[in-house]
Amino acid sequence: MGLAKRIIPCLDVDQGRVVKGVQFVDIRDAGDPVEVARRYNDQGADEITFLDITASHEDRDTMVHTVERMASEVFIPLTVGGGIRKVEDIRTMLNAGADKVSINTAAIFNPEIVRESAERFGSQCIVVAIDAKKVSQPGELDRWEIFTHGGRKPTGLDAIEWAIKMDQLGAGEILLTSMDQDGVKNGYDIGVTRAISEAVGIPVIASGGAGNLDHLVEGIKEGKADAVLAASIFHFGEYSIQEAKQYMADRGIEMRI
Amino acid sequence: METVAVIDYGMGNLHSVAKALEHSAPANTRIVVTPDPDVVRHADRVLLPGVGAIRDCMAEVKRLGVDELVKEVVQHRPLMGICVGMQLLLEHSEENDGVDCIGLLPGKVKFFGKELQDSNGERLKVPHMGWSQVHQHPHQLWQDIPQDSRFYFVHSYHVHSDEQLVAGECEYGVGFHAALARDNIFTTQFHPEKSATVGLQLLANFLRWKP
Repeated sequence: MGLAKRIIPCLDVDQGRVVKGVQFVDIRDAGDPVEVARRYNDQGADEITFLDITASHEDRDTMVHTVERMASEVFIPLTVGGGIRKVEDIRTMLNAGADKVSINTAAIFNPEIVRESAERFGSQCIVVAIDAKKVSQPGELDRWEIFTHGGRKPTGLDAIEWAIKMDQLGAGEILLTSMDQDGVKNGYDIGVTRAISEAVGIPVIASGGAGNLDHLVEGIKEGKADAVLAASIFHFGEYSIQEAKQYMADRGIEMRI
Repeated sequence: METVAVIDYGMGNLHSVAKALEHSAPANTRIVVTPDPDVVRHADRVLLPGVGAIRDCMAEVKRLGVDELVKEVVQHRPLMGICVGMQLLLEHSEENDGVDCIGLLPGKVKFFGKELQDSNGERLKVPHMGWSQVHQHPHQLWQDIPQDSRFYFVHSYHVHSDEQLVAGECEYGVGFHAALARDNIFTTQFHPEKSATVGLQLLANFLRWKP
């Protein structure tokens, strides 16, 4: 009777449409985030994450409407990230029906936003997203740094120290994306995932690099993550969430089947 | 026509729970999210939700008279409390250095602690976040829900009440009460509105429950 590890499909959403081409053959509108979320719900997804990659601020209202529709039709937890700058942005998304909001760059420029929003809305809805890249050379002690702007700009912040600080400020969960691995599909960066998961007292979601089902297993077993987030392996129909869950359960991981 | 009132005492988003009720409700049901005591008083069923810190929730509950309202409503109407809405009904919570709650149900709300471990000695994260199995004790509201189904939890504090009120048990490092029931009251620590099929079934059962 333990807690199940979670599988969280992530959708990149631009102006209310799914990008990075979700390919379901038998789906009416694979560009509609709510339709795709409903499909993942049917397959047994434990949560859904929408990442808003809309460039202009004016188009953000579209995301609010998408979140409202999602919350009216799909009854599993929803995390919304991307473009969250102010406490007010968090309130807007929570009122639209998001269960959690993920803060990334804003926390780096102003860590107090984490404390303030956790106190205002509760830690349970504040996810801090960390984009980490390995900066140590082979032979050196492993070291990971936080990067912004899709992995292009180093911040000089140590990823593990940063995660501990976010936990102390009141974050309820860490979404850890290893930049070296993202999109390469060689698996999660197990080193940083495990280091952070063991350093903090809050749940950690592993993200970035999942290319097959063994990677999901490794993220949980070796990386000690509480949940695994993946995009492309589900979007292109390589595996269904059901298949992934069964595969993980067969390898001794407690799942909600 | 039946009316279901979701009590809005200004804490957090009630959109999800209202939508999940609408989704689960028979066609002739009206779901209203309201802070108005008169609307709540005249509703056929009442739902007490809640998220966030208990001190802030309890402060609003007292300011708006929701404590007295809830005590009045449960005399003759079914009431469901969810998450902090369950915790509020107990006597006392350890959260925020100790907060006295409504006291409609006996028992206390305790912190999971920082050194929580499972039976294999693995450290457990707090908050307890995700899908855990709930062991059901016989109650009408579990109808058509398989025994030991998983529901979605998010909480750092857990409930201990009287054994005879327990409708569902869960374990996360320690055993705790995931659902309590007495007379017209049914409360859950988990979020049925976020628990996919089994959660919607529980809400549907509540909407046709005749205690």
